[in-house]
Amino acid sequence: MNYFPDEVLEHIFDFVTSQRDRNSVSQVCKPWYKIESSSRQKVFVGNCYAISPERVIERFPGLKSITLKGKPHFADFNLVPPDWGGFVYPWIEAFARNNMGLEELKLKRMIISDECLELISRSFANFKSLVLVSCEGFSTDGLAAIASNCSFLRELDLQENDVEDHRGHWLSCFPDTCTSLVSLNFACLKGDVNLAALERLVARSPNLRSLRLNHAVPLDILQKILMRAPHLVDLGVGSYVHDPDSETYNKLVTALQKCKSVRSLSGFLEAAPQCLSAFHLICPNLTSLNLSYAPGIHGTELRKLIRHCRKLQRLWILDCIGDEGLEVVASSCKDLQEIRVFPSDPFVGNAAVTEVGLVALSSGCPKLHSILYFCQQMTNAALITVAKNRPNFTRFRLCILDPTKPDAVTNQPLDEGFGAIVHSCKGLRRLSMSGRLTDRVFLYIGMYAEQLEMISIAFAGDTDEGMQYLLNGCKKLRKLEIRDCPLAMQRF
Amino acid sequence: MSPEDGSKLLESDAASVSFKETELTLGLPGESRGLALIEKTSGKRGFSETVDLNLGRSSNVDSDHKKYSGESETDVQNMAKPPAAKAQVVGWPPVRAYRKNAMKGCKYVKVAVDGAPYLRKADLEMYNSYQQLLNALQDMFSCSNFTIRNYLNERAVTSQEVNNGVEYVPIYEDKDGDWMMLGDVPWKMFVESCKRLRLMKSSEAIGFAPRTPSKCSSSN
Repeated sequence: MNYFPDEVLEHIFDFVTSQRDRNSVSQVCKPWYKIESSSRQKVFVGNCYAISPERVIERFPGLKSITLKGKPHFADFNLVPPDWGGFVYPWIEAFARNNMGLEELKLKRMIISDECLELISRSFANFKSLVLVSCEGFSTDGLAAIASNCSFLRELDLQENDVEDHRGHWLSCFPDTCTSLVSLNFACLKGDVNLAALERLVARSPNLRSLRLNHAVPLDILQKILMRAPHLVDLGVGSYVHDPDSETYNKLVTALQKCKSVRSLSGFLEAAPQCLSAFHLICPNLTSLNLSYAPGIHGTELRKLIRHCRKLQRLWILDCIGDEGLEVVASSCKDLQEIRVFPSDPFVGNAAVTEVGLVALSSGCPKLHSILYFCQQMTNAALITVAKNRPNFTRFRLCILDPTKPDAVTNQPLDEGFGAIVHSCKGLRRLSMSGRLTDRVFLYIGMYAEQLEMISIAFAGDTDEGMQYLLNGCKKLRKLEIRDCPLAMQRF
Repeated sequence: MSPEDGSKLLESDAASVSFKETELTLGLPGESRGLALIEKTSGKRGFSETVDLNLGRSSNVDSDHKKYSGESETDVQNMAKPPAAKAQVVGWPPVRAYRKNAMKGCKYVKVAVDGAPYLRKADLEMYNSYQQLLNALQDMFSCSNFTIRNYLNERAVTSQEVNNGVEYVPIYEDKDGDWMMLGDVPWKMFVESCKRLRLMKSSEAIGFAPRTPSKCSSSN
């Protein structure tokens, strides 16, 4: 089987980048396994307890980049006990001990301590990228260690983490010699930051392309930062609350005029709609817009903003946009591929969008293939229309705030509606359902959802027959999330 | 936000353990619901049973539920009258805790009024100024006749207000545990640091020096 020298094979394997493909390559034969494993630089571990760090190190000695996921998805919704686990320290300690040349670390739903961050900063001389998503267990002290010691840091990306904020000086810890930053995201930090240090850091980072600020960065500082970083591609506005005086506003407009490269916009934490028109300048070039943390932006101001976003591909928004606002999206954003509509009031349980908005989107956006939709109600008729309009859905996640609510018009279960979705959308890979559902919907899913890889079910079905339809039918199913469904577990 | 982790069937591990022992029963203490449910072939744990106990049972059980709820029908009927707000199901809607907290943005603090038998709660995020807060507090306790001493505007208390009832001084406990007078720091700073509010009877406010000479009310 081995007609080529190892170096040639290795070179060929370099072109194989996806994890799945590399895994396949390694299973062809022993020599390929050896070569692939020794040359692998990136590893993805979907469950941090599925394999030991020692085993990973042994198999992939050239490892430079690792992604680790800890707690299951349901942990996001408080459905997993808090002491479940997902500690990254054993991994880092093992990597350090074995002198691994770790450069990139991405963690999701894991627990990482300040000690661990300190260990990372001291153990890996070429460490370049730290991405933490929905993690906890650390404070700004840990960030200070990373800033101080990682001389070649390119990326520090903190997404929706629970960080203990010691109001630090962590930003000031980036030495003057650190000029390598490409991406800095601290939007989730609750405390103040040293604004002068932030400005200086931006000024000495010519490669900075992505910057997401937290709520503590006010408008006048934003304007100064934008003047220093006109090449930004991704911008997360921090606070946007106060009525700026006309001078600050004019300066902001000038700064935004220079930012011709911004393609992704987010933030507006604590926003008031005044002066949003300054951002109309960059809307026409936006491909990604995330206003899901900006409840202050709604109504006419929001619709005006959306109308300028003709090239939008990805939109994350709150349900206060309303069905009317979604109709504006449908008529303005013809390139839209992914939309997520979050509930602005998850505690009270009233959503401001209904099946009307969903139908409008399906009809107006021909490229739409991925949706997450929190809504007040749904009907079979609407779902059937959506299925007909948009057979190209690959991800369809519907969350009715009242999880067992039937068809709002006929009071029937929503089996037929979801059945139409799986029947029409032949490429559907991910599905989340809600509303009143019987075993019948699982019959449909088992029959039609051939490409389905992940499904989330809650309060659905009557008997374990439903589950049998599902498991017998969906051959490609990899992930099943289920809660509060009547199943006789013994049969399982 | 598209998690693709290795989450498996959460309840599959239960198969190896006695199911009865590990089954979550969200019923009231003393009710042995678990056993009865398993014996039903089509036992569906009614939606009502998964409702967070803190807020009482769900009021949204419509008549169709009764078909499915079976054994829990009687529980539905025995439910206390639901509170005005919808009761909450654990982990529903499936919104990340981080996002929920961000949207909450609310700063509920307890408000105690000297002499009142129970406390109230006020969301400081709802107001933009001290004046608005004081107006709201006045509304909240409108059943009792009283005025809140408004040192902010150095408004002299009119004799009519004084005659109408007891005069109170608004104070708050800050993060350090000290009791402070309202109005000294900017509003936003106050919202950040305020842990609880108290309307103290003027007659007790010996330590606080009013800017204007106070007209003592006949509070006793």
